[in-house]
Amino acid sequence: MNTVVAKLQRQFQDYLVSLYQQGFLDNQFTELRKLQDEGTPDFVAEVVSLFFDDCSKLINSMSRSLERPENVDFKQVDSGVHQLKGSSSSVGARRVKNVCISFKECCDVQNREGCLRCLQQVDYEYKMLKTKLQDLFNLEQQIVQAGGAIPQVNIN
Amino acid sequence: KENRCELCFSSLLPCFVSSPLSYYYSSMAKDGGVSCLRSSEMLNVGIGGMEPPPLDLDEVHVLAVDDSLVDRIVIERLLRITSCKVTAVDSGWRALEFLGLDNDKASDEFDKLKVDMIITDYCMPGMTGYELLKKIKESSSFRQVPVVIMSSENVLTRIDRCLEEGAEDFLLKPVKLADVKRLRSCLTGDVKLSNGNKRKLPEDSVSVDTSLPPPPLSLTFSTNSSDSSPPLSPVEVFSSPLSSPEDDDDVLTSSPEGSPMSEESPIRRQKMGSPGLD
Repeated sequence: MNTVVAKLQRQFQDYLVSLYQQGFLDNQFTELRKLQDEGTPDFVAEVVSLFFDDCSKLINSMSRSLERPENVDFKQVDSGVHQLKGSSSSVGARRVKNVCISFKECCDVQNREGCLRCLQQVDYEYKMLKTKLQDLFNLEQQIVQAGGAIPQVNIN
Repeated sequence: KENRCELCFSSLLPCFVSSPLSYYYSSMAKDGGVSCLRSSEMLNVGIGGMEPPPLDLDEVHVLAVDDSLVDRIVIERLLRITSCKVTAVDSGWRALEFLGLDNDKASDEFDKLKVDMIITDYCMPGMTGYELLKKIKESSSFRQVPVVIMSSENVLTRIDRCLEEGAEDFLLKPVKLADVKRLRSCLTGDVKLSNGNKRKLPEDSVSVDTSLPPPPLSLTFSTNSSDSSPPLSPVEVFSSPLSSPEDDDDVLTSSPEGSPMSEESPIRRQKMGSPGLD
């Protein structure tokens, strides 16, 4: 039994479980992992990469809309939040999605200060998740390079 | 390794996907290669040269419509994993164009277009999924095709409205593999029924196979004896400008909490040197 592989697999499993337990990920991330196979080993990594690009783009444009207090385009911000909520939901980015729910509420009542706070929070959350998932994918890569298989992880 | 567009990551057969990030379009060339072209390049090349390979009669072909790139990629993967051929477009207008419903002129070539299901997002800028649904149901060529609506909002009036307009089903986003498998299993029976008699239909007539019990969906198409692939109308190159999503007159409720963590289904993996993200 290759103990290096076993150790890495254990690490991977524990790390993934912790991401769920800490609320970074939800069931939809599990669903995404189901769609990955030996033919498409990078599927999840690619989808989340596109998601993070989306986050960055949307946050920038919402930031511009919120910039001047006397001239906030709330419709544009709302559109951005809607998109962000949708895509975060689709990849299982639970914390990001939850911030979007609050963000939408601030938008609905045209609360610029609230929107700015949510914007900051959503920026923080997506970057945090990006780091966490990068670590996860690195572990995956190490396992594969060490000749091991990615463990199936049961989330209870 | 399967052909994959480096920009939009789509590996559709055929694929007409626009990336809002970079205004690239990926398409399947005659030799099966996938390329991603900037819109101006598409014009120069002449999209007529990028004809998709003829679709196998046995294969289920789904047209997926969603303005979100992430969602398009996920739905495409979900459908392909359940053995569907997928064409994904980013707007209702693009979908109508693909189906040849974007103008009043009747177009013969669309008789050869085989679409077994259309799955569309509800909330899209420009044309909503509901409006697209209506247009499809108004058309003679595609009204029989089952249309499935996806939405992140669980609004009963919205669901009712769609079902009343003839939608086959309504999926709550985020869409799961089980949802798509369920849709697929409904389709398989129908497709098999319709394809039970794989006789070629005369060119000038479009008919439903009447020897079988009428299936909910009908594959009505005419074929000719040549092997040339059916020419599809060029896809409009420029994406429609993104306007803010149409205001919904229904009360919006937040989507319900996701189901509790379910046991992950086994994913088999072989040794593969998978490159990192960067």
